[in-house]
Amino acid sequence: MSNSTIPNSLSRRTFMTGSVSAAAAMPLATTSTQAAPPEPAKAAAPRDLSTISMRINKQAYTFALDNRTSLLDALRDHAGLTGTKKGCDHGQCGACTVLVDGKRVLSCLSFAVMNQGRDITTVEGLAPVGGDLHPMQQAFVDHDAFQCGYCTPGQIMSAIGCVNEGHAGSDDEIREYMSGNLCRCAAYPNIVAAIIQARDEIRRA
Amino acid sequence: MHPFLYERPTSVSAAIATAAEPGARHVQPTQANTQFIAGGTNLADYMKLGVAQPERLLDLNNLAEPALRQIRISDDTIRFGALVRMGEAADNKEVRRRCPLLAESLQLAASGQLRNMASLAGNVLQRTRCEYFREISWPCNKREPGSGCAAMEGVNRQHAVLGTSDACIATYHGDFAQALIALDAVVEVEGRRGSRRVPFAKLHRLPGDTPEIETDLAADEVIVAIAVPFDTWSRRSRYLKIRDRESYAFALASAAVALDMDGEMVRQARIALGGVATVPWRARAAEAALRDNVLDDKSAAAAAEAAFADASPRQHNAFKVPLGKRTLVRALLETRDMKV
Repeated sequence: MSNSTIPNSLSRRTFMTGSVSAAAAMPLATTSTQAAPPEPAKAAAPRDLSTISMRINKQAYTFALDNRTSLLDALRDHAGLTGTKKGCDHGQCGACTVLVDGKRVLSCLSFAVMNQGRDITTVEGLAPVGGDLHPMQQAFVDHDAFQCGYCTPGQIMSAIGCVNEGHAGSDDEIREYMSGNLCRCAAYPNIVAAIIQARDEIRRA
Repeated sequence: MHPFLYERPTSVSAAIATAAEPGARHVQPTQANTQFIAGGTNLADYMKLGVAQPERLLDLNNLAEPALRQIRISDDTIRFGALVRMGEAADNKEVRRRCPLLAESLQLAASGQLRNMASLAGNVLQRTRCEYFREISWPCNKREPGSGCAAMEGVNRQHAVLGTSDACIATYHGDFAQALIALDAVVEVEGRRGSRRVPFAKLHRLPGDTPEIETDLAADEVIVAIAVPFDTWSRRSRYLKIRDRESYAFALASAAVALDMDGEMVRQARIALGGVATVPWRARAAEAALRDNVLDDKSAAAAAEAAFADASPRQHNAFKVPLGKRTLVRALLETRDMKV
C-alpha cells in the first residue's frame, strides 16, 4: 500500500477533515494468510513480517509489518491515512495522537504489532463521509485554533480524549491536560476556546 | 532500530518462563536478550535511539490475570496491579481521597497521552533521561560500562546532586516513585525462583561503581503489583513539583510529603525528593529533624538543610540545592495547612 492510491484530486485538508474517509476503504489486505500446506516448523526470525489486524475508523485492516513499525508509520505509510502527523517521533510533541479503544495515545511510541485487535480512531474517522464535521473539528475552525495546522490533527484527537476523560472543566484544567500537545505557532488561547465550545456541544449531544 | 522478535504471553508464569533463557539470571534486565514491554513509552523511545536493543519483546498486555489491571483498596492498603495505567490511577477518586500524594505524583507526570499508555510498574522502572545516556555517541558508564561519563564535565544542569558517584550523576526523573518510597510501598515481584516482596526503597540501586545496575530485579522477574500501606500520614500528603515550564516537564526539584500531625507538632513525617537524586530519594534526615517538633518556617528550613547536607553539585546544577530546599519547605508548609 502506498499513499499514491489516494486520489490526487483530494486536498490534504479535505482529506484530514474526514469528509472523504471512504478513501480509507481502499483494498487493504497486504498479506496472504492462506499459506501453502504447513511446512516443517521454522523458528520465527526477527526480520519476518508479523500479520496484524486492527480496526481503523471502523474499517478492518490487515497488515504484514516489520515488528519495528510504529502504529504511526502503519497508519501513514501502510493504511494511507496521513492525517496523523509525525512530529518528533519520540513522544514529546503530541502530533501523532490517536484514540486506541477510545483513549488518546501517542502512535509514535506504540509498536503497530502491539495493537492487534484494537480499535483505532484517527482524525479521518471523526466525521462521516459528506457529513458535518465533528464538533471538535468545527470548533477549531470557528476559533481559528491553528496557524500552520501541522499539530492540529493531534490537538483535535487529544482534545476529544481530554473532554471524554472529564478533564476539560476549566481553562486551567484544559491547559494542564492538553500540555502533551505542542503548537509552535502558539495558537494555545484559541485551542482552549475551541475545546470549551466543543465540550459544551458534546455534553449537550 | 535493531530487529526484534515479538511475543504475547498470556500468563505471568508463561512470561517468566519465556524470559528465563540461559544466562538471564546473570544479565541486567536492561541488557537482556528478552525484555518485557507494557506501555512502551520509555522502551520504544530507547529502542529508536539505539540505547536499548532487545532481541525479543514480551508484550505483557495480554496477561490474563485480572489483578494486574485492578486497583484494590482495603482498610489498610492500596494495591495497584502492575498493568494499571498512570492515568487511571491518577483519576481514581478513592486513591485521591485516601492518599492525595499518590494521585498528585501521577497527575503531574508526563502528559495525558503518556499517562494513558504507561503502566505503573513500567513507570517506576523508567530509565534516566540524561542527555548523554540518550545519545549513543557519548561515553556513558550506565549505557556502556567503563566508557566514562560525559555529563561530569558536560552540560549538567538537569543532573543529580544527591546519590551521585564518580561514575554517574544521571537523575532518576520519575514522580510516582517519590510517593512510593515516602509511603513505604512494597513491590510484589514474580520470577523463575518464586515470588518475593521488595521494599520500594530497595528496588533501585545507587549508581556507585556500577551505574549499569539500575534495579534489584533479575531479567526473568516481573513486577505484578505495588502495595502502599495506609497510615496516619496518608491523608495529609501532597506532591509539589517545580519545573522549567508549568506542565509536561520533568522536575527540577520535587517533594513528596506526608505528615502525621498532633496540632502543630509533627508526630511523623515522610519525605522524598525528586529531580535531584540518582534514585528515588527518601530524606530520612529531614524526617528526623521534624519529628516531635512544631512545624513552622524555621523547622521546615532546618529539615531542608538536613535533606541537602550531603549534596554534591557540579558546574550547572548547583541551583538545585537552594531550589530543592525551597521546594521542600513549601511542600511541608502546604501539607501542614491541608484540611483533612
